[in-house]
Amino acid sequence: MSMTTTNEMIGQTPVRRRFGASDLIGLGVIVALAIVGYFLFPNNLALLTRIIAIALLVLSLDLVTGYCGVATLGHAALFGAGAYAAGIVSAHYGINDPIAMLAFGIAAGAVAGLLCGAVILRAHGLPQLVLSIALIHLFHEFANKASSWTGGSDGLSGIAPSALLGLYEFDLWGRTAYVFGVVLLVLVFAILRLIVRSPFGMLCRAIKEDPVRIRSMGASPKAALMKMYVISGAVAGVGGALNAISTQVVGLDSLSFTMSAESLVMLVLGGTGSLFGALTGTIVFMFFEDVVSAANPFHWLTMVGALLIAVVLFAPKGLYGTAADFLSRRREAK
Amino acid sequence: MQPIFEVRNLKRAFGGLAVTNDVSLSMAPGDRVALIGPNGAGKTTFVNLVTGNLTPGSGEVRLGGETVTGIDAIGRVRRGLVRSFQVTRLFLEMTPAEHVALAVLQRDGRSGRLFGNFLAMPDVMDEVGQLLGKLGLRELMHRKVSEIAYGQQRLLEIAVALALKPKVLLLDEPAAGVPQSDTGRIEQALADLPADLAVLMIEHDMDLVFRFAKRVVVLAAGAIIFDGSPSDVTRDPRVREAYLGSYANASHAA
Ligand SMILES: Nc1ncnc2c1ncn2[C@@H]1O[C@H](COP(=O)(O)OP(=O)(O)O)[C@@H](O)[C@H]1O
Ligand SMILES: [Mg+2]
Repeated sequence: MSMTTTNEMIGQTPVRRRFGASDLIGLGVIVALAIVGYFLFPNNLALLTRIIAIALLVLSLDLVTGYCGVATLGHAALFGAGAYAAGIVSAHYGINDPIAMLAFGIAAGAVAGLLCGAVILRAHGLPQLVLSIALIHLFHEFANKASSWTGGSDGLSGIAPSALLGLYEFDLWGRTAYVFGVVLLVLVFAILRLIVRSPFGMLCRAIKEDPVRIRSMGASPKAALMKMYVISGAVAGVGGALNAISTQVVGLDSLSFTMSAESLVMLVLGGTGSLFGALTGTIVFMFFEDVVSAANPFHWLTMVGALLIAVVLFAPKGLYGTAADFLSRRREAK
Repeated sequence: MQPIFEVRNLKRAFGGLAVTNDVSLSMAPGDRVALIGPNGAGKTTFVNLVTGNLTPGSGEVRLGGETVTGIDAIGRVRRGLVRSFQVTRLFLEMTPAEHVALAVLQRDGRSGRLFGNFLAMPDVMDEVGQLLGKLGLRELMHRKVSEIAYGQQRLLEIAVALALKPKVLLLDEPAAGVPQSDTGRIEQALADLPADLAVLMIEHDMDLVFRFAKRVVVLAAGAIIFDGSPSDVTRDPRVREAYLGSYANASHAA
């Protein structure tokens, strides 16, 4: 009986609700893009690795903003915490194994997530946004003042990751770092796909729509959002650690308001509440920042601004969200 | 029988207006009570107060012998006190199946799970299918709530409450906005409830009240003016006075 019910359900389930196949396709697309990138920009792997690190930050932001509706302009705090933790254990404590550095980055990101969540989740709407801005400035100032640990405004140097798994040195061309980054992104993406479809992911979507209603179902929105903040911190920590390992420096910019705001811009560009939206937004923004700005140093920001306005006004679901809607409507029409 | 749900001397005022004025009420397991009263009598406020969605000025709420006045709304739901909303409060971007699954998972302490999908959990899907089937929503289970009719949303509101398997169920005008052709589904769902569940239903449809309730409580201007059998309610002079003009069908139905 139970089997027939389930099959019957899936029989009437729209394609987009089926899982498994579409996830594999998604991961396949990421890997394919990574390979194309590798051959298209062999001399620019450092940039591609940085895009991956930022993509992890934007994915992390999407978890709390896109999936849970939290307004924040301070999300780089989680990324920076991961970057500094991974950098400090290497520069000051001689822990140079990249996997260990990554673990410290994840832990620090999660702790920063817990901390930021505990503060930010006390308010809603505009006050929430203000709290997040205050937090990122506090984090930034703290890192600036604790210069014996962080190198202050000079940045943290002396980060020397050893060979990955004892086999692959981090080479000058950044090949190892790039592959490491791609593997991390794929792993994180796969895990996040599971999480956003899980009962917990569903709970978070419900909280985003109506936290009062969810209380009347016996669930605590606060507890769920805290949990999501910790997960989000861990993801941002992966990005931060990747950045520290691949560039071997950590600067105050990784903990800045600018970075927080840019990550929000990227998320909105691509589309909130969708993991692919987060990736799309990151790639498009970084493409403008690095490729277009090289061709046209004066107007790239103007173009990004215009694009952002166009997206917000005419495609509020973001570039990816709008494209996905368009395609699914066309498929239905057929 | 030991009451499962007890309210003692509950009071609440909004800006000097006593909306709940010294209300006491108790229910035993298996009770089927209808709470009626003119618009603005304070029925919804009463539900908000006992569920912890509003804080009372004074008074006490007890659940299964335990005082829950100091416990928040979430804690009361977890102790088995569940309500539905007079104005539907649903997650518009989500599907009926997701609503009911969420309630089932929450009830079983599984809503925090980070892996798996309820569509692939046969026990959850069985319950979802059964409950939605009973309320005639099975065909629509994978549509967005924003795409289904208001009457169907009302039925879903009830399905969510039932999925939480309450000990005490408070239904705030469950049939309001449901087309006449579908109120039978609500009645059937109510008739199928576990016998030991205590149900308090706020309702204006007197036919439904008389078929459902073994006891009727009348609230007027924040106070209980009648608590007794359905056969007596329309003969009560104070009830007649409270309803004078506001609804003729109270006397008509008897
Ligand atoms: N939050 C509130 N603030 C002020 N007045 C309120 C509030 N909630 C309800 N009231 C008032 O309390 C009275 C009772 O409302 P309500 O409980 O919704 O009545 P009913 O459900 O019986 O129709 C009404 O006069 C209403 O205007
Ligand atoms: Mg009401």
